[in-house]
Amino acid sequence: MELNQLTIHELQEKIKNGEVSALQITESVFSRIDAVEERVHCYIRLMKEEALHAASKADDDIKKGDIKPLTGIPIALKDIVCTKGIVTTCGSHILHNFVPPYSATVVEKLTAAGAIYVGKTNMDEFAMGSSTETSWFGPTRNPWDLERIPGGSSGGSATAVAADECIASIGSDTGGSIRQPAALCGIVGMKPTYGRVSRFGLIAFASSLDQIGPFTKDVEDCAIMMNILAGYDPKESTSVNAEVPDYRQFIGRDIKGWKIGIPKEYFIEGIDPEVTAAIKKAITVIEQGGGQCVNITLPHTQYCVATYYIIAPAEASSNLARYDGVRYGLRAADVRDLLEMYRTTRMEGFGAEVKRRIMIGTYALSAGYYDAYYKKASQVRALIKRDFDEAFKTCDVILTPTSPTPAFKIGEKTDDPLQMYLSDIFTISTNLAGIPGISIPCGFTSGGLPIGMQFLAGHFEEGKLIQIASAYEKNAKNEKRRPAL
Amino acid sequence: MKISSQEVEYVAHLARLEINEKEKEKFTSQLNDILLYIDKLNELDTKGVEPMSHAIAVTNAFREDKTSTSIGTEQTLTNAPDARGEFFRVPKVIE
Repeated sequence: MELNQLTIHELQEKIKNGEVSALQITESVFSRIDAVEERVHCYIRLMKEEALHAASKADDDIKKGDIKPLTGIPIALKDIVCTKGIVTTCGSHILHNFVPPYSATVVEKLTAAGAIYVGKTNMDEFAMGSSTETSWFGPTRNPWDLERIPGGSSGGSATAVAADECIASIGSDTGGSIRQPAALCGIVGMKPTYGRVSRFGLIAFASSLDQIGPFTKDVEDCAIMMNILAGYDPKESTSVNAEVPDYRQFIGRDIKGWKIGIPKEYFIEGIDPEVTAAIKKAITVIEQGGGQCVNITLPHTQYCVATYYIIAPAEASSNLARYDGVRYGLRAADVRDLLEMYRTTRMEGFGAEVKRRIMIGTYALSAGYYDAYYKKASQVRALIKRDFDEAFKTCDVILTPTSPTPAFKIGEKTDDPLQMYLSDIFTISTNLAGIPGISIPCGFTSGGLPIGMQFLAGHFEEGKLIQIASAYEKNAKNEKRRPAL
Repeated sequence: MKISSQEVEYVAHLARLEINEKEKEKFTSQLNDILLYIDKLNELDTKGVEPMSHAIAVTNAFREDKTSTSIGTEQTLTNAPDARGEFFRVPKVIE
């Protein structure tokens, strides 16, 4: 095995034993990038020079015995988290030259934990998309089949981990943007509880739904990353001041006596039969591990996508009003007055999907339509959350497919926004309810595409997700495959 | 029709987006499809349901009224497309 293929915990072991240096690990990641990145395109910006410099510094620390949880570990960052002094684009033309004057809290935390940054990863523009095709920088390709999408919006971060172009990465999830690409790329991805991880320095899409989380090669690495990311931040007003457990303690524990809810609304027509088969097989593994699967109902599931496509665009239309060409980013040239500058800058700076969502949101919030759309959607949102509150009275965690289908073809859904929106049907309700979710690999289609399974738990119960995901990972003994690039 | 092309033009104006004829046509048809799908929500009786804007209880985050360091004017202006002195410069607002 090459070093770039290993997990955080495997590499940390080798660093502690003096078997490898941070520089060797970092060089191994960049030689992989040299070999495959041209075909995959998961990075918007590579930070090779900075990374190699940081790696030699890490080696000095290692020699002194100063080894932090991520010392010497190459990490990739979705280009939606601000990095001080390093261009942060959010996948958009309008921010193509934006240099943040500060770093996101998660970046400060990762730096303090010793992380080495490989680069900034590709994403759907402003995280609006399910395929990483709306990026101004062009699409990312699924490493398992280069003709297919990697999922989105954090497709670059998911691909970077799956293609071993980094060891772990950071994504953001507003309606499934971590879990869906994790499923489609065959890796682990977690969306934490709303308020668990600080959003300070995360470029806003829909502020009541956005949450930062990790992509990793296994569940133990997910726990290691969550130990670093989680926690209260006084700089972020929706960050929750609640105790953070050591997530690694949940690794290796069994799930004897647990009740696992299987919602009947998630096994609908239109779901790929190979996905259903993989989930059924996973349910058997869970039961053999001592879990008891029970049927539950989440009756408002069929309204999630409609609710989301009012609330998220409404918040986005407000958040994206700041891109006006005055203070940073793109400004249109040759304009006569201020109004024309606003209109032309935004026309040139935003792509079609971003404009479409700004339009939906502006319409839903405009005079005469507010009650019919935004208020109605906020009421249905309350009913969706109530479904989960009721369900968790009868089960510990919920098990569902992450995505109704494996990765689809590039270009397949770009002309039909509604079809694209429906690919998030199993992940959106989590964000509306603010609960945590994890996607882990649970097999492959006959054509060799990864399939993902999702676990959901109550607010601040990420520990339960790590426990059941780790128990499944151990009991399933799924063969380890790597994409042939 | 849920939304006419005149309404699309008006919404684009509210959102400060310049759109051409072709985009107007495309957006009108796509927004119609999306809004028709969203009509699904009207199947539900939500009378008396308190609208929810945040999934977890959010309270005002107060802090002590103490001054602390900020980024400062000079650094703030480094990203400006056009700055002069301590100010952002924009095209004229009033004729």
